[in-house]
Amino acid sequence: MSTVFVNDIEVEVGPRDNLIQAARAAGVEIPHYCWHEALSVVASCRMCLVEVGEKKPDGTIAMGPKLVPACQTPAKPGTVVKTETAKVKTGQQMTLEFLLLNHPLDCSICDQAGECYLQDYTYKFGKAQSRLNEPKVQRLDKYHIGEQIALFTDRCVMCTRCVRFTREISGTAELQVVARGSVEEIDVFPNKPCNNKLAGNVVDLCPVGALCSKDFLYKKRVWWLKSQKSVCAGCSTGCSIEVDQNEDHVYRLRPRANPLAQGHFMCDEGRFGFKYVQSTNRLSGPTSKSIATVGVAASAVTKFNGNVAGKLFQPADLAVVDHWPAAIQEAREKIKAAVDSSASSFAAVFSPMMSVEEAYLLASYLKGLNRNVKLLMGPVPVVGEDDCYPKNVNGSAPTAEKTKFTIRAEKCPNRLGVEKVLKHFQGALVPIEDAIQGAHGIQAWYFVGGYATPDDSIGWVSPSIAKATEPAKLLIVQDIFPSVLSKRADIVFAGAAFTERDGTFINHSGLAQAFRAATRPPQASRADGRILNELCLRQGLYNTEFLRKEIASKIPSLESLSVGDLGVHGVELHQLVGAHL
Amino acid sequence: MTNASFEPVLLARINKPDSASLASYKADGGYAGLRKALDMTQAQVIDLVKASGLRGRGGAGFPTGMKWSFLPQNITGPIYMCINGDESEPGTFNNRILIEEDPHQVLEGIVIGCYATRATTAYFYLRYEYGHCYRTLQKAVDEMYAAGLLGKNILGSNYSLDIHLHRGACAYICGEETGLIESLEGKRAWPRIKPPFPAVEGAFRRPTVVNNVETMACVTHIVNRGAEWFQSMGIAKDPNNPRDAGSYGPKLYCISGHVNKPGLVELPLGVTARELIDKHAGGVWKGRKAKAVVPGGISMGFMSEAELDTPLDFAGPGRVGCLGLGTAAVIVIDDHTSMVDVLYNACRFFAHESCGQCTPCREGTAWSTKILERIRSGNGKLSDIDLLLEISSSIGTIPGTTICGLADGAAWPIKTAIAKFRPELEEYIRSGRKSAAPQLVGAH
Repeated sequence: MSTVFVNDIEVEVGPRDNLIQAARAAGVEIPHYCWHEALSVVASCRMCLVEVGEKKPDGTIAMGPKLVPACQTPAKPGTVVKTETAKVKTGQQMTLEFLLLNHPLDCSICDQAGECYLQDYTYKFGKAQSRLNEPKVQRLDKYHIGEQIALFTDRCVMCTRCVRFTREISGTAELQVVARGSVEEIDVFPNKPCNNKLAGNVVDLCPVGALCSKDFLYKKRVWWLKSQKSVCAGCSTGCSIEVDQNEDHVYRLRPRANPLAQGHFMCDEGRFGFKYVQSTNRLSGPTSKSIATVGVAASAVTKFNGNVAGKLFQPADLAVVDHWPAAIQEAREKIKAAVDSSASSFAAVFSPMMSVEEAYLLASYLKGLNRNVKLLMGPVPVVGEDDCYPKNVNGSAPTAEKTKFTIRAEKCPNRLGVEKVLKHFQGALVPIEDAIQGAHGIQAWYFVGGYATPDDSIGWVSPSIAKATEPAKLLIVQDIFPSVLSKRADIVFAGAAFTERDGTFINHSGLAQAFRAATRPPQASRADGRILNELCLRQGLYNTEFLRKEIASKIPSLESLSVGDLGVHGVELHQLVGAHL
Repeated sequence: MTNASFEPVLLARINKPDSASLASYKADGGYAGLRKALDMTQAQVIDLVKASGLRGRGGAGFPTGMKWSFLPQNITGPIYMCINGDESEPGTFNNRILIEEDPHQVLEGIVIGCYATRATTAYFYLRYEYGHCYRTLQKAVDEMYAAGLLGKNILGSNYSLDIHLHRGACAYICGEETGLIESLEGKRAWPRIKPPFPAVEGAFRRPTVVNNVETMACVTHIVNRGAEWFQSMGIAKDPNNPRDAGSYGPKLYCISGHVNKPGLVELPLGVTARELIDKHAGGVWKGRKAKAVVPGGISMGFMSEAELDTPLDFAGPGRVGCLGLGTAAVIVIDDHTSMVDVLYNACRFFAHESCGQCTPCREGTAWSTKILERIRSGNGKLSDIDLLLEISSSIGTIPGTTICGLADGAAWPIKTAIAKFRPELEEYIRSGRKSAAPQLVGAH
């Protein structure tokens, strides 16, 4: 640690921090474009120039004669930083005037407007007017730069964050600087677009509106978006994300820096893979074979509302009765009857898409009815192998020490968390595929799905599961999409996707992270926690903080959840496992 | 030693027939210095160069011996030597003459320098346009390998060295030492941030020394004839200024522009610009007078006629507001030439050659060129002069607003032109006349 003085504020900073980080610790913002925590330092934008000096042991301060880039200057003990002197301000104004010389100032049609560092810094540190009397350099936009990204060339400030990202993080090096001087541009090699699986990150990295996401382009003004801290459910890496929504429609996911989880970035699979939550094919409410009126078909609702499914659900529009109480009561009674007749022939299948809380609620409820009830681990989707970055020059995977980002083959967020719950209640983990070998004798099933399978022709139900459940006397399915099972189920609960629920996911390394509902579930579907809370006849509302404390007190391997609030970065389970044992 | 009695050192063999061949070089006593150096310890060679007061001839004038001693001691693995032959400063052609006419003199210095710095590989970075230089050098290097002057166990010693020639790709920025290293590594020649300095982490992330061609030619003669001989030429240290390292030794002055006899002359450091023009370049052409003189490549700025008695040593041009001696490439501008046109041409060069890494230089050079273009078209405003001055002071003040020093070079012509020729610029703007000079089109 070293003590530095930023505008006379004394702060303690780490030995590897630079002056931007030191100033941040003191609550002072030093504007910067090219510097990014996860990328190498180039010190080329010259936006972060500050006056630097040294506080001598005798208390005198010797200031350096020139401005230095804060990003490149280490925060050595005794460093004195001044960010508000006339010299610094003139430097900032001049740099901003330079950056705006050839900038088209098309904020009114720019996607970045509202979250643009060129706007913000000009407002805070710049001058109101440019002294340019000559024509601007005009450059052509490049929509071809990537499948998911477009380059508005003339808005670029040449910070080269995107170039460094493709070289240092993805290792694919598609982006480069071409030409020289004031006419230089970011470009790709002809016919080699930037289509790597992390390419979407360059849009986030771009401090201005040069690189835009084609998926989000012109969809929504950013100031209408509300962000919710969440966790990507795409794979077991569990990237910390922000879910940006407006009026219950998710417009985009953005990575949220988390040193304990993935770092600063997320993959395109996760970034653009959330669209299934807005699918028109979603289960829309509870249905039951015995109560013909329960639920409304999704197509009917869509037709009735005349808009896209996933939009705000208006009960008044539908003019239907809330069938949830009846459906839940029926399920409760049927489960009770089935368990009472033969507990060992009742099985509940837990999906790795469930949160820890949901798994706990269902497991504790069923085991509370009878401890011979079988709790089975549902299918764990695995696609290919872990995909590690940065790629080597020849495209091969990096060594473990050099890996900076991994897209995991396990395409579910919470296998570890659900397993811990199941192991606690069951002793041993039984995958469903094992349980249905031969004469399994299971006659009543409670299935939880939640998989991202909007196309019900594929579904998550394997042929062997479909066959094994055919002779069942009772079949209850809690899912978000129709499947072979939901079509023949006695009762179907329409659950919620990850952007619509609250809960805890435990990623591949045992990091427990909280995710929060950003939108409401569509139509008459409900958050799974709420369904289960009512099914179990628990008092009060479904409350994740309260439940985490309860889980921690009951399940020793999840003791770390006792904090209740997991914070923005989550809690690593293994930290406390040792202490517990 | 007066300039009249000066015997050329670096150019001594220039007009001899076949001066570029190894045989002719050896006949004149060539490679005696190398033999001498190989009998000395590495530290002794460095000390000798330090004692000679030799300062780098590439532009910055950094003491060569001191640069060599910055290499980390007791390290394992390779050390590299880069020879900067990316001679791109407008008006500069001393390295070209040295390489084309007497390459072995340079190569001998390189081997000595590499021996002193424990480098086992040297990269000779040559600007691409120097095709003839490249062929001459390649031939000379081949001759050296054949004669055991390069390769394993040079001259029977246990020192081995390889020299690789590397042709650049036509960019001014490759002459900046870290830009050169990046280019050598096959990357875009964007100068690196320092620290780490090349002596600690240079080419291929190894300790690296970067030296100019003429500097290495001087090393040959220093080893041959001693530090004292070298110090007998030039301007001694200012005893009142402890930071002055003196300006010793011979220097090649390139004279171009509006003179009767442009060319390359060798003189001890410290000759005045006036003497160079009048005595060695046959005076200003067409019987005219000089209006402005560039002391050492356009990036050093301008001297006015009144300042022509300034000695062209490392400290001289700085005393009259120029950036420094630079490459000692003297460009003479006669009094019939408009300073607006001269300045426009200089700015256009830097706008074209700015590497585009740092914002102030990338945008500032292009902006100032646009302003001068407008002034030249008769649409200037008096406030443009102050704007140009502000831009130029924002472009670079080492190490402040930009990564490398070349941005200062881009600023200095503007600064000095305005400081010394402001009335003329103002008069031009007021008159609203269009430039009589032909429009410049195309690349440089």
